[in-house]
Amino acid sequence: MELSKEQTQEIIARRVAQEFHHGDVVTLGIGLPTKAVQYLPPDVKIVVQSENGVLGVGDYPDENSADARIINAGGTMVTLSEGGCFMDSFMAFAMMRGGHIDITVLGALQVDAEGNLANWCIPGKFTPGMGGAMDLVVGTKKLIVAMEHTAKGAPKIVQKCTLPLTVAHKVNMIITEKGGFEIRPDGLYLTEISPYSSLEDIRQTTDADFQIDIK
Amino acid sequence: MAEIISAATAIQFFKSGQTLMIGGFLGCGSPQLVIDELLKTDLGNWTLIANDTSTPESDRGKLIVAHKIKKALVSHIGTNPQTVAQMNRGELEVELIPQGTLAERVRAGGAGLGGVLTPVGLNTDVAKGKPIIQVDGQDFLLEKPLKADVALVYATYADKYGNLSFYGSTRNFNAIMPLAAQTVIAEVDKLSETPLDPNHIVVPGIFIDYLVVRGR
Repeated sequence: MELSKEQTQEIIARRVAQEFHHGDVVTLGIGLPTKAVQYLPPDVKIVVQSENGVLGVGDYPDENSADARIINAGGTMVTLSEGGCFMDSFMAFAMMRGGHIDITVLGALQVDAEGNLANWCIPGKFTPGMGGAMDLVVGTKKLIVAMEHTAKGAPKIVQKCTLPLTVAHKVNMIITEKGGFEIRPDGLYLTEISPYSSLEDIRQTTDADFQIDIK
Repeated sequence: MAEIISAATAIQFFKSGQTLMIGGFLGCGSPQLVIDELLKTDLGNWTLIANDTSTPESDRGKLIVAHKIKKALVSHIGTNPQTVAQMNRGELEVELIPQGTLAERVRAGGAGLGGVLTPVGLNTDVAKGKPIIQVDGQDFLLEKPLKADVALVYATYADKYGNLSFYGSTRNFNAIMPLAAQTVIAEVDKLSETPLDPNHIVVPGIFIDYLVVRGR
């Protein structure tokens, strides 16, 4: 079955949302990872940290409450949740690097069987800069890569990243529209197959060796 | 006591070839008036230290478009295609720095530290040419402090003593850079006629030399 871009992103975002536990402090990359918040169960409240200096990112504002002085790291206007606070960039990154974030969810250009992540640069083609991505991944207790399984048909889960790394040996989990993987000390494990995919499909679209341990 | 000056007057503190720190995260908490005045001058050839190069239409981004920056030490350039184009043509040198490392390097510059030891960037291109130092068996990169000739920052509120406080997510690098520059100019939304509540001050006034007040 052919999924639209929107459907694909919703499947991934819904699955990511299941990883959050009540009270978790989380940092979410721009785009797809940020969408996961929409699919939290009503009884799960999390604290979303944004690298530009917001702890407790709330809903998007309506026309009346929109304020350009309150944005998220993507530059989108947001609101602050009850109990939240603002801080400077030093504090925002101390929070990440210092191990005070429970879960970080980021997208990827490539992620490999050793838990290496590449998401900031395609030499000669795409050099937006790493922004906060390298800091975001270092101190977090759990690093989840949430991404579409392939890019224009090409596998993004590979045996060894060929693009410049964001971080080495740090990714714990990969969630795509096709399934879920864990990176364990002895390698990459396929732990979930999505209803929209099959083992055969995943084998054909994954350019890395993996063992199977379906939960 | 900080001296209250106009944006047009502020340009006297800038010289070509200086290193400038400019606060802001994209357009949020970014000084604008002084930048617009700088754009009217022939000054340039600056090294820019900032979180990002914003967008071509706004604040720091306009300095890029006007070719006033020769080198940028920033964490992100993706929102300004002009930065990318000038970099690719070899007209602009760009050093991409992880955002938290950038914050720490500025902080180190202002706090009298010889640098910071961070795990960020180990085993990546960021580590190239930098010493790796082991502490208790763990590797860290040595990142050197950054300082500037002039820091241009934004604040929401100020008093005549130069004390600054902020609204929303405008603090970003504005709260760190004033410590790390020779001359510090803060562009503020509101100048309070009475001293700010000492309990709410984020940047102590001794770091601020000049205040430019918006709407005057």
